[in-house]
Amino acid sequence: MSQSAPPAASIFRRHFRHFLLLTAVTVLGLVGCKPSDGSGAGSGTGAIKVGEFASLTGNEAAFGRSSHQGTVLAVEEINAAGGVLGRQLELITEDNQSKQDESATAVKKLISRDKVVAVLGEVASGRSLEAAPICQQYKIPQISPSSTNPKVTQMGDYIFRVCFIDPFQGTVMAKFAQSTLKAKKVAVLTDVGAPYSVGLATFFKERFVGDGGEIVAEQKFTNTDKDFKAQLTAIKSVAPDAVFVPAYYSQVTLIVLQARELGITVPFFGGDGWEAPELLQGSGSGEALEGCYFSTHFSPDQDSPRAKEFVKSYEAKYGAKPDAMAALGYDSALLLADAIRRAGVAEPTQIRDMLAQTKDFDGVSGMMTLDADRNARKSAVIIGIRDGKFVYKETVNP
Amino acid sequence: MSEFIQQLINGLSVGAMYALIAIGYTLVYGVLRFINFAHSDVFMVGSFTGLYAGRAFTQASWAGGVTVMLVSMLACAVLGIVIERVAYKPLRSRSKLTVLITAIGVSMLLQNVAQLVFGTNQQAFPDTLPATTFQLGKLVVSSKDLVVLGFTLCLLGGLEYIVLKTRIGTAMRAVSFNPQAAALMGIPIDRIISFTFGLGSALAAAGGFLWAYKFPRIDPFMGVAPGLTAFVAAVLGGIGNITGAALGGLMLGVIETMVKGSRWSTWTEAIAFVLLILVLLFKPAGLLGRVQAEKV
Repeated sequence: MSQSAPPAASIFRRHFRHFLLLTAVTVLGLVGCKPSDGSGAGSGTGAIKVGEFASLTGNEAAFGRSSHQGTVLAVEEINAAGGVLGRQLELITEDNQSKQDESATAVKKLISRDKVVAVLGEVASGRSLEAAPICQQYKIPQISPSSTNPKVTQMGDYIFRVCFIDPFQGTVMAKFAQSTLKAKKVAVLTDVGAPYSVGLATFFKERFVGDGGEIVAEQKFTNTDKDFKAQLTAIKSVAPDAVFVPAYYSQVTLIVLQARELGITVPFFGGDGWEAPELLQGSGSGEALEGCYFSTHFSPDQDSPRAKEFVKSYEAKYGAKPDAMAALGYDSALLLADAIRRAGVAEPTQIRDMLAQTKDFDGVSGMMTLDADRNARKSAVIIGIRDGKFVYKETVNP
Repeated sequence: MSEFIQQLINGLSVGAMYALIAIGYTLVYGVLRFINFAHSDVFMVGSFTGLYAGRAFTQASWAGGVTVMLVSMLACAVLGIVIERVAYKPLRSRSKLTVLITAIGVSMLLQNVAQLVFGTNQQAFPDTLPATTFQLGKLVVSSKDLVVLGFTLCLLGGLEYIVLKTRIGTAMRAVSFNPQAAALMGIPIDRIISFTFGLGSALAAAGGFLWAYKFPRIDPFMGVAPGLTAFVAAVLGGIGNITGAALGGLMLGVIETMVKGSRWSTWTEAIAFVLLILVLLFKPAGLLGRVQAEKV
């Protein structure tokens, strides 16, 4: 470095004025552009740019796509009704392919190149956690539609979510295991590669043991595993009344199929990571999962006028019933629009302040109030699998 | 005790598939002395070929399942030969490192093309072979595990026959022993190498088909993890040695399963690699490999 520095430095010095001129022209050019394309984080007159990062392809694509479709529907409805503050919303979406380490890059691009005023995303807690420090650093509010791990919003005061968190979900499932499944001895099978899975397992165990239940086996796997027979054989040997699997749908089906092959007949149950049509795809999946349950945020069968209206417009647009991820994706965009409206200006800091004050917001997934930790307090829904279909079971209030 | 036997069956059935993949690494190493890193992606292509071929059969049947497997074996044999002709043959006189890096390139190419063609989402693999479960005392055995073991044994028997009893097998061994001398004796080296690639790729495809049959969720990256384990198995057994690769695959399958079923389940891969290091410390050529004096 010291060898090559003098010539470089002298070239720089010789051409310093040219550099200065070039910089000045560039800056002027950029400044000159700004009003005309009306973007900017600030109070232009064009569309308000909103960023979204989602797992549109890859392992958790079903989640990303549902969530994205919900978000798009919300943005379209808002724009059709005249937009926010008289301006249209422009949604800019980045796909992280369900991969680790892609989300930070995607969000950096959204903030620095596209100049979005807020970021929506992601479903998986692990990937929301990758993006959160960046949003916090640039002071751009991030709303996660459905990351339930408590750590996500602890990353800073610009990070919000429109879903409940895992301590609540763990409590709901622990109560459900005892009251409805009548289970006294439960085995837990955790994906140690996913913060979501580890967190939910911990909260479930705390509550279940606290209420007098017994955890008879704790087995682990990682997200590249396809063979679970070793863990399941160990679980079978302790004869649990039920098995709790807080994992993502991409592996849950394989787990339950293999459990049935080993002759484990007890019900399996888990969290919102289960909810995707892919869970029941393929021959034998429906039969294997018969009588299993999971907790989630929303069911298209739940009895609320707001939800019914949403189900109707979603079906009209996509030809399928919305799932929880779609409802939360929809609510995340709706809440953002509401906050911009309350702020009266599309500035990240003001939007953040308004988001923090959200109270009794009427979303399609239920009434929500954001607490001091920027988490939504709202009810959970339990869905069972009957005859190869998701069937609404009950609603549990906080 | 019954739990131990159950785990043994679980481990052998995964190990059988590792063995099928490991043999492909070992065959190519035997004749060309390099590691074909694209092999695990040929395995993946084998699964996807099975997925599309399997759609032709609505009902699971033995005839249908075997046909689907043969179709994907044939398709991958052709793919393996094409890869060798296009990517490796022009580099045969170059250093081994060049070919090795090309192999990594081919692997990435296959993964990315697969993402474009098949999509990046997981897909459900159809039931192509009938499946039931048997109750043997306290043991519950899935027919899937038995089918995987049975098919693997048949394929290994066939391979053994080809390598030891046929003219082309004799030629393969000759090329592996000394390519220059084999060429001087009139053995068509290029054709033998193509055949070896085809054979190894067909076994990978069979492995891919059985893998998807046992774990019916497939995606373009599915080859990476089993490919790495199978590579370790090939080295463990003594790379270049077919029986060694099969033995290494079965051993790793059983050890992995035993560790996963214990309380040290998160240490599974660490234990597999520590084992590899220990074996290589005491037997540098692997369990069944023979030490070759390097001429300097």
